[in-house]
Amino acid sequence: MLKRAQALFLRRLGAVLAQVTAGVSHAENAASQLNMPQGVTEVSQVAYDIHMIMMWICTAIGVLVFGFMFYVMYAHRKSRGAVAENFHENTLVELLWTVVPAIILIVMAIPATTALLKVYDTENADIDIKVTGYQWKWQYEYLGEGVKFLSELRTSEDEIYGREPKGEHYLREVTEPLVIPAGKKVRFLITGSDVIHSWWVPDFGVKRDAVPGLFTTAWAKTDEPGVYVGECTELCGRGHAFMPVVVEVKEEEEYNQWLAGKKAEAAEYASTIGKEWSFDELMTRGEEVYNRSCAACHMVDGTGIPGVFPALKDSPIALGPKEGHIAILINGVAGSSMQSFADQLSEVDIAAVVHYERNAWGNDVGDITQPIDVLNYKQGQ
Amino acid sequence: MAHGPATLADGWKEYASRWLFTTNHKDIGTLYLWFSFAMFILGGSFAMIIRAELFQPGMQLIKPEFFNQMTTMHGLVMVFGAIMPAFVGLANWLIPMMIGAPDMALPRMNNLSFWILPFAFAILVATLFMEGGGPNFGWTFYAPLSTTYAPDSVNYFIFAIHIMGASSIMGSINIIATVMNMRAPGMTYMKMPLFVWTWLITAFLLVAVMPVLAGAVTMMLMDINFGTSFFDAAGGGDPVLFQHIFWFFGHPEVYIIILPAFGVVSQIIPTFSRKPLFGYSSMVYATAAIAFLSFIVWAHHMFTVGMPIAGELYFMYATMLIAVPTGVKVFNWITTMYKGALTFETPMLFSIAFVILFTFGGFTGLMLSIAAADMQYHDTYFVVAHFHYVMVAGAVFSGTAAVYYWLPKWCGKMYDETMGKVQFWVAFIGFNIAFMPQHFLGLAGMPRRYADYGLQFADWNMVSSVGAFIYGAAQIMFLFNVIRTITHGKPVKDPQVWEGAEGLEWTVATPAPYHTFAKPPKVK
Repeated sequence: MLKRAQALFLRRLGAVLAQVTAGVSHAENAASQLNMPQGVTEVSQVAYDIHMIMMWICTAIGVLVFGFMFYVMYAHRKSRGAVAENFHENTLVELLWTVVPAIILIVMAIPATTALLKVYDTENADIDIKVTGYQWKWQYEYLGEGVKFLSELRTSEDEIYGREPKGEHYLREVTEPLVIPAGKKVRFLITGSDVIHSWWVPDFGVKRDAVPGLFTTAWAKTDEPGVYVGECTELCGRGHAFMPVVVEVKEEEEYNQWLAGKKAEAAEYASTIGKEWSFDELMTRGEEVYNRSCAACHMVDGTGIPGVFPALKDSPIALGPKEGHIAILINGVAGSSMQSFADQLSEVDIAAVVHYERNAWGNDVGDITQPIDVLNYKQGQ
Repeated sequence: MAHGPATLADGWKEYASRWLFTTNHKDIGTLYLWFSFAMFILGGSFAMIIRAELFQPGMQLIKPEFFNQMTTMHGLVMVFGAIMPAFVGLANWLIPMMIGAPDMALPRMNNLSFWILPFAFAILVATLFMEGGGPNFGWTFYAPLSTTYAPDSVNYFIFAIHIMGASSIMGSINIIATVMNMRAPGMTYMKMPLFVWTWLITAFLLVAVMPVLAGAVTMMLMDINFGTSFFDAAGGGDPVLFQHIFWFFGHPEVYIIILPAFGVVSQIIPTFSRKPLFGYSSMVYATAAIAFLSFIVWAHHMFTVGMPIAGELYFMYATMLIAVPTGVKVFNWITTMYKGALTFETPMLFSIAFVILFTFGGFTGLMLSIAAADMQYHDTYFVVAHFHYVMVAGAVFSGTAAVYYWLPKWCGKMYDETMGKVQFWVAFIGFNIAFMPQHFLGLAGMPRRYADYGLQFADWNMVSSVGAFIYGAAQIMFLFNVIRTITHGKPVKDPQVWEGAEGLEWTVATPAPYHTFAKPPKVK
């Protein structure tokens, strides 16, 4: 075990050193590791440009200041026979090193200001997408299109806890990515539903906090189709590192097809609400939904985390009347981290998960919760 | 009373009473310094747990919820338990000796301000063992993660913060009262050593912002237990309000940490350059300017929170301004060395490393002030690297320099120069291996406070962890060096200790007697 870790460590260290020493020949490869990405939007480009300007100015000042300092440390050391002089204070010098940096700052402030104006230019968007941060997933809603879905981490617990080898896209894969068209200005309206999250796509230069009760805005327009991966960047609890952002940019035509497909899906789904589901069908679907949306807190075996997240196994709610159980999922629990799932899960999914929780881990209630029960509860409110 | 301080030979009861009830500034300084070192080791061991978990991608050693408690406790213990008390300890030891005062102005309050600290940290650390775990919302404890969504132990956390705040305020009032009232005849303000100046200004900062922190945690307490909605959007409150209040405290707080460090370095560099500080008065004015600016830049920690553009621009410009007085300080240190007769004893090495690494942290700070670029840097490892360059290579290096510099005066024994230098190089190299790669990680897109990360970040995380372990080992060497000096160090008799040292503390006997300046000295 230790041997393996050691070997792995040496290999990694070797790889890093090779990358550093290879320098120019691997410049492109190394750049993606060492520097800010240039990205694919105007905003990410201005951020990169101002970052590089600042870095080079700082480097130049650093070379001058430290260069002088190292010269002093070499030339005026006592061991070389230096004898201390006794001068101090010089108004001209002191004035200069106050005024010159101030002028440099003013010069820096000009591109910094124009860059920020670009970042804030969210007017005249072609498409509006509402992004909502939940513990620990994102929800995307195409405003005015009736399309809305959740985007959750797809990497399995087994990979995270080392019971299975980690895949190529470890922690960079989601159940369903956000899809946007190339060549269109997309405005993001970002908010949070529980705690503060932050929605970041480095290649778009977009990072905005998702604050409950508040909307922040950002925009992106790119001509380069592809898959862009980002992260949640505001500490939001135990799943903070496990709610990546994945955005797929499609050519406009492809995007339109995709959107039409999503709309058809939504229409088709409406027809399944009235369907009668069997006990086993609900158990299968319920387990799937539970492990995706509930197990992060209540644990896969329903035992929760004592003192933080209550157990569902043998819980009075899961063993009590069905309506009370549904109510908790629809309304959440005020003042706790149990959120409302009314907007996050479909009626079918809520029914399935309630059914599963009432009949798994020895909670043998034996009843069946149908989607129609959930719909009735919602409409009765 | 003529007798000296109780030693172990007088019996353990007397010895314990001496430390418990002491009103002597040197004893209280010693208590502060040992306490802060204990907290430094504790906070450091939290950091080791963090770096061990981040050594490889995947969750190997701990669970994400415990990881969050570790990052939170690491920050809280280091800021409030290690760095701040360390500088209060130095202030206690040195300010009376530097201004020719017999003791601090308010000795009993001095005792109280120290002895409530261990209780505060006992409460804070105890939360780790409570059901639901300790604080897990980051040292910045943003609401509503720290209110509605917090573990029950948050109430203990709030109580601990209140005690720490009370301790800091008492300590600061004491320092202000001492500096204003107890200077020896002839010790005018513009003759005070720079360490005293930086602490005087720091004390005013503390008195101004600690109550703001107390206000923030009290509002949290009300939100959690008494049904108010200061930070709860559902009740008409505003989560962003919390951030404004926190950073109105938090930004001056980082200067509270760094200003006394500036003071220490401004004492040490002239000594080993054998040349007076180049621009004494401009250093004083620069310190005051930094303190003033620290109150009007807080929202640069919140560039991504969706402020209007006018707010972003204002906070960006104001933040950039800080570079001017900070630059003045760096230029002054370097011109002090210019045409001096330099030697490189351990305190000087740490001070030079301070100037270089702190300035490096200043450069990244300037980059972070540019709001458009900060949209990419914000809450990534770039920020983590930045503030560790400022806080560790800044405050901790200068604190270490201070201990090596004044330890011979305190205990009358000289440390082993070779051991000191070895510790310096281990710390310097370890520090840079640990934190330099974090700049790359941040730029490449790794957010901070991540318990786990994608495979593209694996290499630099491993390097960073190795550096962190080396840096951790350097602290054990530091502890060894200090204890070894006290027990086996070569006795020093010369009051001056260092050839180039200037100031009243170097005029009293070595080791410094229990009571100094019972009669005020004459200051020319």
